[in-house]
Amino acid sequence: MSISATEPVSAPLSPVSAGQAHVAVRGLMRVYPAAAGRASLHALGPIDLDLMRGEFFSVVGPSGCGKSTLLDVLAGLSVPSEGTATFEGRRIAGSVPDGIGVVFQEDSSFPWLTVFDNAAFGLRRLGAAETEVKARVHDALRLIGLSAFAGAYPAQLSGGMRQRVCIARTLVMRPRFILLDEPFGALDQQTRLLMGDELLRLWRETGATILLITHSLDEAALLSDRVGVMSARPGRFIDVIETGWSRDRDSRIASDGKFGAITGRIWSQLREESLKSMEVAP
Amino acid sequence: MSRPAFYRTIVIAVALALLEAACRLGWIDRFSLIPPSEMLQSAAHILASGEYTRDILVTFGTVAGAAILSVMGGFAVGLILYRWPRLKRAADPFLASYYAVPSFIFYPLFIVMFGLNRWPLVAVAFVFAFVAMAISTVDGFLSVRPILLRAARSMRLTRTQTLRLVILPAAAPYLFTGVKLAIVYAFIGVVAGEFILSGSGLGYRIAFAYQSFETATMYGLMLILLVSVVTINMMLWSRERRLHARLSR
Repeated sequence: MSISATEPVSAPLSPVSAGQAHVAVRGLMRVYPAAAGRASLHALGPIDLDLMRGEFFSVVGPSGCGKSTLLDVLAGLSVPSEGTATFEGRRIAGSVPDGIGVVFQEDSSFPWLTVFDNAAFGLRRLGAAETEVKARVHDALRLIGLSAFAGAYPAQLSGGMRQRVCIARTLVMRPRFILLDEPFGALDQQTRLLMGDELLRLWRETGATILLITHSLDEAALLSDRVGVMSARPGRFIDVIETGWSRDRDSRIASDGKFGAITGRIWSQLREESLKSMEVAP
Repeated sequence: MSRPAFYRTIVIAVALALLEAACRLGWIDRFSLIPPSEMLQSAAHILASGEYTRDILVTFGTVAGAAILSVMGGFAVGLILYRWPRLKRAADPFLASYYAVPSFIFYPLFIVMFGLNRWPLVAVAFVFAFVAMAISTVDGFLSVRPILLRAARSMRLTRTQTLRLVILPAAAPYLFTGVKLAIVYAFIGVVAGEFILSGSGLGYRIAFAYQSFETATMYGLMLILLVSVVTINMMLWSRERRLHARLSR
C-alpha cells in the first residue's frame, strides 16, 4: 500500500521502481542452514526493493523479522542465500563495497582513540594526506556538532555523542549509500528527535541515499521519503508507504495532522505482524 | 597527592616507625631483624661500594631476558589459541590447572638441557611466566566487543589490519596485565632459582648473606630487590589503570 502525507490513498504495493535504482534488490533471501541440533531458519525474503539516489528509506518490522539481516546483506557483511543486491550497478557479495557506510545500533566508537582520531580512522587507513584528513574530519565534526570535543575520548562522552562520533567516522568517507541500524535505539525520546533532525540535515547536505532500520514508527514517519513495512519472519515487504514530506523537513512535522495518519497507517500494517511474531517466538 | 595515596603513605610511615622503635627498644632481636634505617644504610652502602653491582646486573639482565621471552612466547601462544578456538577448548583444562604445578621441579631437567649457566634460570622463569601472558592475551582478544569487529569489517579492514588497528588496542589493558604478570613471575622465577643453585645474582647473594649471618647485608640486598620490584610494578600498575580508565565505557 502507498500513502501520501498530503492525501493518504491506497495504491498497489510497489517497492521496485521503473527507473535506474541506486540500490536494487531482487529476490533476496537469507536462510541460515541447520547446525548443532537446530533446524534451518528462513530469516528473510524474498525481498525486492529499489532505492533511488538520494532517497531516505526506513524499514520497520516486528522483532526478529530480519531487518538487521537485510542491512547486513546490503552492507556486504553477509551473503544472501538467494537473489542479488546491487549498488550503483555492482553486485554486493559478502564484502563491503566502496561508497557504502554503516552505522550500527551499538556504540562502535574506538575507545582508545580521541573523537578526532576516531573520525579520521578510515581516511588514515587509506593513506590520505594529513591535511586532507584534518579538513574532512573538522568538516564532519562541525556537521555533527562535536568540534569542541575533538580531543575527548569516547568514555568522556554521552551515549548520543558517541553515536555521533560513529556517524562522523562514516561521513568522512563520503559514502553514497549510508546504512543505519537503529542508531538512536539507546537514546531518550527528546535526544532521538534532535538526532533525527541532525540526520535529516546531514542527508540533505551529503545527498547520500539512506536506509534506516528502526523500531520507532515515529522516527520512520518523520525521517523518511518512504517507509517499508516488513512482515513477521521470514521478513518480506508487505507495504511501502510514501510520506510525501518535503526535503527540508524536520521534527516539527510531528505536530502535523498528516504525521498521525502515516504512523497510524504503519501501525495498522505492523500490528498483525507483531502479534504473529510474538506467537511464533520461541 | 590523592587522599588514598596520603593514607597509604601514613600507614607505611607508621609501620616503619613502629618497626624502627621495636628494633631499637630491643622488643625484636636485632640478630633476626635490623631497624629499617639500618636496612636503608646497608642498601646505600651496597649500591655505593659497587661490591654487588655485577650480581644486581646479572639478576636484572636474566629477569629482563626471561620476561621478554615470556611476553613474546605468551603472546604467540595466546594468539594461536584465539585463532583456533578448538585448540583453546582442548587447552583450557591445562591452562586452568597450570599454576598448580610447581615449575621449579623442572630445574634439574633444564640443567641437563642447558648446562650449568644462567639459561636454566631463564627457562624456569619463562615456564613460570609465559602462561600468564598467554592467558591474558587470549582473554583480552576474546573480550573485544563484537561490534568493534563488525565496524572493522564495515570499514573494509583486512584481517591483519583488524588485529593491528582494532583487536590489539582494544585488548591493550589485558595485554598490559599479562606483561605485568610476566615481569613479576620472571622476578620470582629468577630470584628463587638463584637461591637454590646459582653462583651469582641477587638471590644467591641474599642466601649467602643469610647463611653467613651477615644480617645487614642480607636486609640491604632484600631492600634493593624489594624497592626495585615494587617500583617497576607500581609504574606498570599506574599505566594499566590509565588504560582501563580510557577504555571503560
